[in-house]
Amino acid sequence: MAAYDWLFGALGLKDWCEQEASGGPMTMAQLLAQSGKKVEGAAEEAAGSLWDAPFPSLDVLHESCSSVARTRDMTSWVENLFLSIKDPLKVVLDPISQPLSWALDGSLWLFQTVPWFIVIPLLLLAVWGATKSWKLVAFVAISFLFMAFIDHYVPAIQTLSIIFVCTGFSVLLGVPIGILMSRSDGFQRVSLPVLDMLQTLPTFVYLIPLIFLFSVTESKLYGIAIILYAIVPVIRLTDLGIRLVDKDVIEAADAFGMTDKQKLFGVQIPLAMPNIMAGVNQTIMMSLAMVVIASLVSAPGLGVLVLRGIRNLELGVGLVSGFGIVLLAILLDRVTKASLGRINVTQKQ
Amino acid sequence: MSNGPKVSIRGLYKIFGSNPQAMLPHVHGGMGKPELLDTYNHVLGLQDINVDMQAGEITVIMGLSGSGKSTLIRHLNRLIEPTTGEVIVDGENVLDYDEQQLRRLRREKMSMVFQKFALLPHRTVLQNAGMSRLVRGEDETTAESHGRPWLQRVGLDGYEDHYPHQLSGGMQQRVGIARALASDSDIMLMDEAFSALDPLIRTDMQDLLLELQNELQKTVVFITHDLDEALKLADHLVILKDGYVVQQGEPQHILLNPNDPYIEDFVSDINRARVLRVRSVMSPLNGETAFAGVVDVNDNLEKLIELSGGDTTHNFKVQKNGEDVGILHMKDLVRALVPTRTGEKGTVR
Repeated sequence: MAAYDWLFGALGLKDWCEQEASGGPMTMAQLLAQSGKKVEGAAEEAAGSLWDAPFPSLDVLHESCSSVARTRDMTSWVENLFLSIKDPLKVVLDPISQPLSWALDGSLWLFQTVPWFIVIPLLLLAVWGATKSWKLVAFVAISFLFMAFIDHYVPAIQTLSIIFVCTGFSVLLGVPIGILMSRSDGFQRVSLPVLDMLQTLPTFVYLIPLIFLFSVTESKLYGIAIILYAIVPVIRLTDLGIRLVDKDVIEAADAFGMTDKQKLFGVQIPLAMPNIMAGVNQTIMMSLAMVVIASLVSAPGLGVLVLRGIRNLELGVGLVSGFGIVLLAILLDRVTKASLGRINVTQKQ
Repeated sequence: MSNGPKVSIRGLYKIFGSNPQAMLPHVHGGMGKPELLDTYNHVLGLQDINVDMQAGEITVIMGLSGSGKSTLIRHLNRLIEPTTGEVIVDGENVLDYDEQQLRRLRREKMSMVFQKFALLPHRTVLQNAGMSRLVRGEDETTAESHGRPWLQRVGLDGYEDHYPHQLSGGMQQRVGIARALASDSDIMLMDEAFSALDPLIRTDMQDLLLELQNELQKTVVFITHDLDEALKLADHLVILKDGYVVQQGEPQHILLNPNDPYIEDFVSDINRARVLRVRSVMSPLNGETAFAGVVDVNDNLEKLIELSGGDTTHNFKVQKNGEDVGILHMKDLVRALVPTRTGEKGTVR
C-alpha cells in the first residue's frame, strides 16, 4: 500500500513491522483517515511508478512499517534527553552562574539608583581617562543628554550596564581561555570548532535550551546568552595576539632566563594587548547586538522598546530606540578604539 | 688561561628532522648533508663541532647564511638542544643542567645580543637595560641603578625614558649591548649583532665593542657573515661551512694560510692592507741598521704604505712596547697583499 512496502517485504521484516501496529501519537494523516476522508495520493501510490517514489524518510518508512519511528518521535526523544539531563545540569550550572545574576542585578540597581547627574559625569570621566580626547567626551556627553532629553535615559543606561557586566565576564573568562589556546595546539584544535559553532549558531537557537535551564525571571538567563555569543572574539584575538608576539623578543626573554610566568605577564600579554583590546572591542559590539535579542527573554533596556515597536507596530518607538542603540554602538566603538589607539602608540615596534 | 678554555664545545652534532637520533649512525658513517636530506629527509645542521673559547677573548664564528652559525651560538645557552655532544662552560657540561641550573646560567653567566635587537617595545630604554636584573627578581630601582651606568657607557645619556621605537637601529643595538652588560655575565653571545646596521654605524659599534672589551675582558662569542668584521674583532676565528668547521685559528694566520678553496674565495675579496698587521709579515732582526722608520707590531699595512710613500726599497724597524722585535721589508709587505693560492704554495695545512 505504502511506497516502501516492498523493501520491508524483501528484507523479511514484515513480522517485525506488524508487532507494534499502534502506539505513539497520531499523525495528521491518520486523523484524517479516521474521520472518514480518504488520504489523497493513496490511490496514486498504488499505481506506484518509480518516478513518484518519495525520499525514504522516517515518516514515509513509518507508513510501510509501523515499527519505524516517526520524525516527531525523534524530536521528542531529543526533548526527553534534554529534560532528563536538565536537572543534573542545573545543579552544576546554577551555583556557577549565580554570580552573573548578582552582578547583573547589582549593576542594574546601581546605575538606576545613582542619580543621572552623577552617572553621566562619571561616564564622561571614564571616557576621558580611557581616551584623553575632548572630542569623544563631548560626543558622549551630547549623546547621553540627548537620550535623557527624549526620556530614553533609563533604558539606555540599563543596556549599558548589561553590556559592561557581560563584557567584564567575557574578558575574565575569555582571556585565560585564549592564553590556554595559545600555549597548547591540542587545546586550540579542540576549541576552534566550539568557537565556530558559537559564532554561527543562530542566537535564537541557544535561547531555547537556556529557557529550559533557567527561569525567565533570572537575569543570568540573558547574561549567559549574551556572554556565549560575545565571548568568541576576545578568546580568538587573545590566542592570535599571543601567537603573533615577535619570536625574536620571546627568544630574548628565554635567553635572559625568564620563567614562563615572567614571560607571560612581562612580555606576551603586554605585547598581545593591542590584539586583546581589538577583541574586547568586538566583544562589546557583539554583546550590544545580543542585548536587543535578549530582550525576548526579559533583558531590560532599549531592546524592550524595539520589541514593543515590533509587537504593537509602534513604528516611531521602534525607530527611535533603534537609533539609541546605534548611538550607543558608535560611542562604545569609538571609545574602545581610541583607547586601543593609545596602547598602540606606546608599543610601536 | 691557565685553567683551560672558558667555553668548550666538544663533538657537537645537530640534526633537524622527525627522528634525529636515528640519523646519528649515518652521519658518523660519513653521510654528508645533501645525501642525508635526499635519503632520509633530515637536515644536518651541525657536524662534529669542536671549538675552544678562551676567557677574555673574542671568538668570532663566521660563515654564510645556512652555515649553521646561528644554530651553533644557540647551543651555548641551550636555546636549541643538540642531538649529541658537550658544551662545557667553566668545567661544567651545560647539557647536563636541569631547568633551574640552566636558568641560572642564562641569568648570570651568559647574556645575549640579537641581530634584530629584540628589545621589549613596551618598556623604556632604561627598563630594557635593567631587564636582566629584573628577571633575576631584583626590584625596579636596583635594576635601573645597574642599567643606567651601562647606558651612559654605550653613549645613550638622556635617552633613558625613550621607547625603543623612538631610537635609530644603531641606538637600539646600543641598548641591546647595555642590557647584556648590565647582567654582569662573563660570557656575551652576539648573534650577528651588527648585521642589521648600516656600514658607518656598524664600524662605530665595532669600535665600541673593542673599546668595551679592552676594559672588561669578557668572553665574547660573536657571529657574523662579514669577513672584514670578523677579522677586525676576532682573537680566534672559526669559519663554518655547511655545518662543519672549515678552519679555525688566529685570523691573520687564516688570512695568510687559507687551507680550503672556500676560504680562499672568502679572503680574496677583502682589503688585505687594512686587515693584515705588521707582526704577520715581519721577519726576525738580522743586524741591519738602515731603517726608514719605526713602526708598531700592531700597525696595519695600510699605514706602512702611507709611511713609505709607496717606495718598496724601504725597511722599517718593528717595535713592540718600545722593544725592537723585528724588521719589516716593504717587499714582503707588497707580496703579502696578493692572496696566496693553496695550489701554488704547495703547503696545505
